[in-house]
Amino acid sequence: MKELIVVGNGMAPSRALEKLNEKDPDAYNVTIFNAEPRVSYNRVMLSPVLSGEEDFEKTIIHGDDWYFKHNFILYRGCPVTEIDRESKTVKAVNGIAEPYDKLLIATGSSPIKLSVPGIDKKGVLSYRDLDDVKAMLAAAETRRQAVVIGGGLLGLEAAAGLRNRGMEVTVVHRNPTLMDRQLDETAGHLLQLAIESLGIRVLTGRHTKAITGDEHVEGVLFRDGSSIQADIVVMAVGIRPSVWLAENAGLHIERGIVVDKHMRTSDPDILAIGECAEFQGATYGLLAPLYEMANVAAATLLGDEEQQFENRVTAAQLKVTGIDLYSAGDFAEGDNREEIVLRDPNQGVYRRLVIEDDRLVGTVLYGDTSSMGWYYQMIKDNTDISGIRDYMIFGPGFAEGAAQDPTAAVASLPDDAEICGCNGITKGAIRQAIDGNSLTTLEGVRSCTKASSSCGSCTGLVEQLLLLRLGDSYQPAEVKPVCGCTDLGHSDVRRLINARSIKTIPDLMQELEWKSSGGCAKCRPALNYYLLATWPGEYVDDNQSRFINERVHANIQKDGTYSVVPRMWGGVTSSSELRAIADVVDKFDIPAVKVTGGQRIDMLGVKKEDLPAVWADLNSVGLVSGHAYGKAIRTVKTCVGKEWCRFGTQNSTRLGIRLEKFLWGSWTPAKVKMAVSGCPRNCAEATCKDVGVVCVESGYDVHFAGAAGMDVKETELLGHVDNEDDAIEMVAAVVQLYREQGHYLERIYKWARRVGVDSIRDAVVDDAANRKALCERFVHSQKYYQIDPWEERVKGHAQHEFAPLRELSSLELT
Amino acid sequence: MSSECWTSIGNLEDIPVAGARVVLSPGCRIAVFRTEDNQIFALEDRCPHRKGPISQGIVHGKKVTCPLHNLVINLTDGEASEDGCVPVCTISARIGESGEVLLNIEDIRARVETSAG
Ligand code: SRM
Ligand SMILES: Cc1cc2nc3c(=O)[nH]c(=O)nc-3n(C[C@H](O)[C@H](O)[C@H](O)COP(=O)(O)OP(=O)(O)OC[C@H]3O[C@@H](n4cnc5c(N)ncnc54)[C@H](O)[C@@H]3O)c2cc1C
Ligand code: SF4
Ligand code: FES
Repeated sequence: MKELIVVGNGMAPSRALEKLNEKDPDAYNVTIFNAEPRVSYNRVMLSPVLSGEEDFEKTIIHGDDWYFKHNFILYRGCPVTEIDRESKTVKAVNGIAEPYDKLLIATGSSPIKLSVPGIDKKGVLSYRDLDDVKAMLAAAETRRQAVVIGGGLLGLEAAAGLRNRGMEVTVVHRNPTLMDRQLDETAGHLLQLAIESLGIRVLTGRHTKAITGDEHVEGVLFRDGSSIQADIVVMAVGIRPSVWLAENAGLHIERGIVVDKHMRTSDPDILAIGECAEFQGATYGLLAPLYEMANVAAATLLGDEEQQFENRVTAAQLKVTGIDLYSAGDFAEGDNREEIVLRDPNQGVYRRLVIEDDRLVGTVLYGDTSSMGWYYQMIKDNTDISGIRDYMIFGPGFAEGAAQDPTAAVASLPDDAEICGCNGITKGAIRQAIDGNSLTTLEGVRSCTKASSSCGSCTGLVEQLLLLRLGDSYQPAEVKPVCGCTDLGHSDVRRLINARSIKTIPDLMQELEWKSSGGCAKCRPALNYYLLATWPGEYVDDNQSRFINERVHANIQKDGTYSVVPRMWGGVTSSSELRAIADVVDKFDIPAVKVTGGQRIDMLGVKKEDLPAVWADLNSVGLVSGHAYGKAIRTVKTCVGKEWCRFGTQNSTRLGIRLEKFLWGSWTPAKVKMAVSGCPRNCAEATCKDVGVVCVESGYDVHFAGAAGMDVKETELLGHVDNEDDAIEMVAAVVQLYREQGHYLERIYKWARRVGVDSIRDAVVDDAANRKALCERFVHSQKYYQIDPWEERVKGHAQHEFAPLRELSSLELT
Repeated sequence: MSSECWTSIGNLEDIPVAGARVVLSPGCRIAVFRTEDNQIFALEDRCPHRKGPISQGIVHGKKVTCPLHNLVINLTDGEASEDGCVPVCTISARIGESGEVLLNIEDIRARVETSAG
């Protein structure tokens, strides 16, 4: 008989030996070396062992009797130290040496250790084998705080296990979302909520800098300077194929030990399988393909060339009780790939299908994984899905049965069926309202019954009811979607943000079932504005969702340089401001200086890297950003007014300055330009502005909804007030109403046209209490947004925007 | 590929998620993008339309929208959303084991040579 030596006794070689036994038990004398001091067990079950849901004994694949019965010699706790290919012998610790005819290497992987100071302290563990689990269990007995570094499959399983054992657990993840290799941002966020609901703390975007403590770990320090306490630290940041043994033997290594389709390494007498093997550039960390490798290796060892290994679709499932998460295949976005996303926030379900050339190539299922087998099969079989594409996202039941007719479904509901859960409105009530009031629109039903006016999730049902009562004469009002990522219009998005208290962009995309996984350049800035206007102080501005001008607080020019426009309150300046501007122009060699149409000065052609230094100099005399780049309050133009002008009726310059100082810094749906003129001669052109004030003998006429850009339109009179303070309150109130109702990029005159000038007058002029409330909300929001963004950046905020990441030298390129 | 072909330009975390940074090289500007799912792409920082700095655009999915006139460019292959545009030149990029971002020198050299010629 020939000698077969196996290095490593993990799951892959166990399967290979089973196969060998089945086919030809007499082909080889088998000797196994295992570094772990035990028989073969199911590594996958370590998580249930850790959490206490399974006993270790139950995870043993082959007990001692199995090795004895098959006459396999198993050296336990006996790592192989050298392979001598000349003499075809392996050498292990304790001087053991054994000759081989064929050698099977299955050394698996080892956990990656971060190269940070303190990594070797006591209490820093990895999660790979039973010894690790034992160490964790021992720690859980006596210690309280565990930190798991790494928010992937393994890290989360370790965290859940330790939590189950009563420890206080924090998961630290380097990227912004958990399991970011499998999930997009929104699904990652759902997962985070679920993990947190198990009582586990999650910290994302943290980079570990050092492990602190004396001999034993006491804490973890992050690069941002923050730190947390830890009694034990579990590293689950990834695995690396264990190849040193094969490498020392001179075998061909890339990331793993390179094998051919028969699992042969560069030495035909040596085979490799499992996590240590690399086939056509891929290594595997999941069982299914490793078992396939084992089958092929057994065949090869018996001289059967028929069986060949092929790259396989892999699937992974998170084994944390109460959380259903499954991913299979290749779910990265790609060029010719499309995705179908289904989000059902009520059920906590998320599904993503990735399709390429009418084939399903990958899927991520969260919340409900019952269809995983169905999708997996399609991926594996490369099934043509063009016929079921439109509804396959709903799962096999739906796709295979006939699609239900939604109108018929609503028709069959009894009259007392509740349609609108928020307001408790039944089908009967809606039907009566439609018939009794001759309603023909969704808006009509909303104002008459309140159905569909809160969270909006019953809107579809209400529309079906309208269709049922009115037949073809029902024409749903056409809503222009925000962009291709959703069917919802701007108003619906704003309403739902309020009704459902949505507070982040990823939550919004999940809740409102966004069709793309990261939005687009159209919806992201709009959503960012809606959230910051709705939740001042709570919402964290997302800079990456802002257009470049707002991101760097300067206007980009056609050659990639920027312009800088400081505020000149009400168009008034001084010699020291002008001198500072002149000095900056000289110092930074700024090619153009221009007086703008907004009564201030524009410095054009500033290099991006110079911006912070330019701002620092301007700040030093008190000049702040003019927001000439923003969907924000721009300028308040004024005329000289009563102080100088022989026709002046009020101090228009002072009112303009007060208005600008009160309003600056606030973000608005589109830009807001204002002016104050001292008399009806109107030299400041107040009657073509978004908001304009015309002073008269008796006080102040407040105008709004003018335009003088692509459209030219005279303003509407909003109301008349007697004094400056009231003028300011009225202006702030109308601006706030616009901030709350406007669609992104909709100027004030378009907003007024859409909602009706009268409705605005009602809210701002006739209802004094409402005016006050609007003004108070504006003041509240200003607490958070009236900050000079230039000063912040001069002080060091967002420096990465202004400096190149690196400059390569010409030397490096030659 | 031999290791000399790659040069490190900084760490993944130096680039904002769904954002970009610029790398200057003699003869060309390179925009290095990081997507929401932490993939890295490097392209010449020059829009085929009117040379807009695409590094300054909004990054969404594996695309960027040029800040000057909203052309949408695929980060994977540099193709633009509008027909008839020459694709933006791409440079192979990858993330090293300890999170450093690596650019392929050969690709940069090739770019510099074509633009010189
Ligand atoms: C600098 C200035 C022209 C000048 O040299 O005077 C100017 C320059 C620009 N205007 Fe303007 N507008 C300027 C006054 C105006 C005015 C007159 C005014 O404000 O009294 C108007 C008509 C009023 C109005 O806003 O409707 C005006 C109507 C526009 C429009 C059309 C807006 C519309 O809704 O119809 C745009 C395009 C846009 O905003 O989408 C625009 C856009 C621009 C942009 C921002 C184009 C861009 O996106 O890059 C220009 C930026 C140049 C820069 O980098 O500084 N600019 N622009 C004026 C700056 C005023 C200021 O101090 O902030
Ligand atoms: C906690 C946990 C949960 C998992 N969950 C899943 C899951 O749900 N689904 C899934 O598909 N996969 C899962 N995996 C991955 C799966 O367990 C592995 O892919 C699989 O066990 C790898 O098998 P292997 O035989 O290649 O290597 P291993 O099982 O790692 O075996 C390698 C063995 O070789 C020994 N060895 C190394 N060097 C030497 C040497 N020089 N001499 C002698 N012996 C040596 C090692 O001690 C080790 O025992 C999980 C893994 C872990 C750790
Ligand atoms: S009018 Fe046109 S060209 Fe002139 S500054 Fe305004 S946007 Fe630019
Ligand atoms: S320069 Fe990029 S779109 Fe015009």
